[in-house]
Amino acid sequence: MSETIKNFLYLNRKAPYGTIYAWESLEVVLIGAAFDQDVSLAFVDDGVFQLTKGQDTAAVGMKNFSPTYAALGDYEVKKIFVEKESLEERGLSLDDLQHLTWEDEDDDWAEKDSIHLVTRAEMAAIMDGADVVFSF
Amino acid sequence: MPIEVDGKSFETDEEGYLSNINDWVPGVATVMSKEDDLELTDEHWDIINYLREYYEEYQIAPAVRVLTKAVGKKFGKDKGNSKYLYGLFPYGPAKQACRYAGLPKPTGCV
Repeated sequence: MSETIKNFLYLNRKAPYGTIYAWESLEVVLIGAAFDQDVSLAFVDDGVFQLTKGQDTAAVGMKNFSPTYAALGDYEVKKIFVEKESLEERGLSLDDLQHLTWEDEDDDWAEKDSIHLVTRAEMAAIMDGADVVFSF
Repeated sequence: MPIEVDGKSFETDEEGYLSNINDWVPGVATVMSKEDDLELTDEHWDIINYLREYYEEYQIAPAVRVLTKAVGKKFGKDKGNSKYLYGLFPYGPAKQACRYAGLPKPTGCV
């Protein structure tokens, strides 16, 4: 079993509830994470709204799936990149986003931050470095 | 096909999962387990209740890998393996335990 582990990058560009893209992406991530691949998530443009705190979907009649992002740590998804410029252009900062963590089994289950704020230039490099990019 | 629990009728989908998770009462698990000829013990209830708590918090049912890890952490290392879970739920923790717990069919479960 010497199969190569590939870098999968899931790129999220759209706001969570106007279309099905955000939820579909999250479902694919959760399924894909079961197959021991190296998974990263990127949030750019309106995609940054997917991670905001205090979402309330009662008025749009859709399931609020934002609590599910907090489960990503359980699925060993530890690399969540958020583009700084996209946040700023929308008047948001890291404080407006959920605090997502993962537990490091090798470090006495210490909670570590999953979200990494990166610049647009760094994001381009991250995309460039991925073996496979899934865009949602 | 609806199931009957204490004289009340509960809607299920074609695979026997409860249509509305909020309808759930413990009797649902008891009735479903009787249909499978399974006697529910405290160990079964530990898993069923844990699945409900997990769903409440994250709005999804955990993957088997995530469940085994969490069960090992919460209930003891000797229980954190799929052998233990399949021992309790022979049809599989997803197909059986999630269904008893009233959860929808887990994502990615075929």
